[in-house]
Amino acid sequence: MAQLVNLPPRVQETDLKGLLKQMWLIRYFEEKVDEFFAKGMIHGTTHLAVGQEASAVGSIAVLEGRDKITSTHRGHGHCIAKGAEVNKMMAELFGRTTGYCKGKGGSMHIADVEKGNLGANGIVGGGFSIATGAALTSKMRNEGYVVLCFFGDGASNEGSFHEAVNLASIWKLPVVFVCENNQYGMSGPVKEMMNVEDIAQRAEAYGIPGKVVDGNDVFDVMNGVGEAVERARNGEGPSIVEAKTYRWKGHSKSDAKKYRTREEEQEWRAKDPIARLRDVLVQEGLLTEEEADNIKAEAKKEIEESVEFAKDSPMPTIDDLMEDIYA
Amino acid sequence: MRELTYLEAVREAMSQEMRQNEDVFILGEDIGVYGGAFGVTRGMIEEFGPERIRNTPISEAAISGTAVGAALTGMRPILELQFSDFITIAMDNMVNQAAKIRYMYGGKGKVPMVLRTPAGSGTGAAAQHSQSLEAWMAHVPGLKVVQPSTAYDAKGLLKAAIDDDNPVIFYEHKLCYKTKSDVPEEQYSIPLGKADVKREGSDVTIVATAIMVHKSLEAAAELEKEGIQVEVIDPRTLVPLDTETIIQSVKKTSRLIVVHEAVKRGGFGGEIASTIAESEAFDYLDAPIKRLGGKAVPIPYNPELEKAAIPTVDDIVAAVKETLNRQ
Repeated sequence: MAQLVNLPPRVQETDLKGLLKQMWLIRYFEEKVDEFFAKGMIHGTTHLAVGQEASAVGSIAVLEGRDKITSTHRGHGHCIAKGAEVNKMMAELFGRTTGYCKGKGGSMHIADVEKGNLGANGIVGGGFSIATGAALTSKMRNEGYVVLCFFGDGASNEGSFHEAVNLASIWKLPVVFVCENNQYGMSGPVKEMMNVEDIAQRAEAYGIPGKVVDGNDVFDVMNGVGEAVERARNGEGPSIVEAKTYRWKGHSKSDAKKYRTREEEQEWRAKDPIARLRDVLVQEGLLTEEEADNIKAEAKKEIEESVEFAKDSPMPTIDDLMEDIYA
Repeated sequence: MRELTYLEAVREAMSQEMRQNEDVFILGEDIGVYGGAFGVTRGMIEEFGPERIRNTPISEAAISGTAVGAALTGMRPILELQFSDFITIAMDNMVNQAAKIRYMYGGKGKVPMVLRTPAGSGTGAAAQHSQSLEAWMAHVPGLKVVQPSTAYDAKGLLKAAIDDDNPVIFYEHKLCYKTKSDVPEEQYSIPLGKADVKREGSDVTIVATAIMVHKSLEAAAELEKEGIQVEVIDPRTLVPLDTETIIQSVKKTSRLIVVHEAVKRGGFGGEIASTIAESEAFDYLDAPIKRLGGKAVPIPYNPELEKAAIPTVDDIVAAVKETLNRQ
């Protein structure tokens, strides 16, 4: 693999088949959720990351188990890549007690604090300073973990971005800010909402490295984020890594996508991150066609099982309403 | 017993806790060698060093969120905001993150942090540095709200707030900073949710907070000369609120006046009045409940206007007499 993707040594040992599996899990999870919303089987709202699987999976692939993440409203992929059980995720979307949040959080608040997933977030830009604080704990207690803070292109226009990145920079905290630039903040095109070409350029204002990677190429994501994570772990402070990608679906469940063309969507679909990884693995002889198909089928089956698990799980009772407000 | 000022009591509570608990640290603007806007942390950086007395940029959004993130990962941060008016900038992190994380995550994760901040008028600092916004915070499930009025209470309540596993907003009234009371040298804790009867009386109950406790006690001393016995209750914490102590007092005196500096409209006094109106004490009332609060006006600069914007001792005396139908 080294000659192919020039990965750092630790990353070369990555279970690349596992990454493909994770990407399929995300794809099928999102498609199931999309289907259930359309059928009215799930209520509320949801934000799907179909097409963005490589930025989630590639970023988290370079982490160690002890490392932590903060996620966004479009966070299902991050959770799966961080090792979340799809059964508990699906159950959460169904509002069941077996869900990650006992049915009280829903799509935008899936978290597994013990395992280092500090939570998705319904507030755009809400994760910046939480990630910074988690990185401060790592530094003050010498815990050695790094925090990955996922954010979108839209969030980089929030004031919270400026304040937190500056703070993380002056305190040299072990946090990596990973921008998943999917081209639109809801309906707002990046080009209309900022006057810089790359969000990574903003890093310069904080005296930290900023790097652009191909967000639909899992290896490029791993290389870029891996370098930044290593830097953070060595005590050299934060970085911004911008993964250029595209969300295939609309912003949330009700989006007519009037702000973009079907042609543009097709262009990006041709850059499908899953197909790209699969093809490379097959070409390089790391995977047979049959194995690749099996991985896909396994992922599909796991998601189908998660639906059964969710449907069979109990609903919370009214007695649960007032539980867990205070520790 | 030795006397301490309220300001010294706050500092001592933090210092004693920091000596025995490595997880406790303070972050805030100018809290290092400067000693904080009001001098509360003076001398602390010399004892604890810059790692634990963390001087921050002027970034209330980032430092509040950083406190949330640090708390979520095992630290017990104390955040000092220079003026409670600036909580507007920290509001998203307190209201949308700190207060809700535990519930949204289905009872997993906790946010043990204290946000300390000086509130209130009386220093000529005008409209953006003089507000009393505690009712906003009391409105939000998931937060606890503390408002000590004496040095003794400040020390014990701050210890309890730091020990609490939930986000606590700790309002220090600027005019209380120089007030003195007997304060034990050893650490002690005053449970959150326990009101204190500052003065016993049989004719009328005054429930007052922060600086209004002192004004109410002054009014009570004056009224005693006319043979009127006023009971003064300081709830000390708005969330949780010790309704029982207030109800029992009103059942005894049959009259209730609520006094706070915060603007009367939408102020916490309405909550206390309603609590009594909904309780068994309602049947004991011999007069309508009276609320005294700030006028619905931004705090003005001119000292005479500033004084007139909030309840005075004379206002409280008059209200008591009116309640008792005496001139």
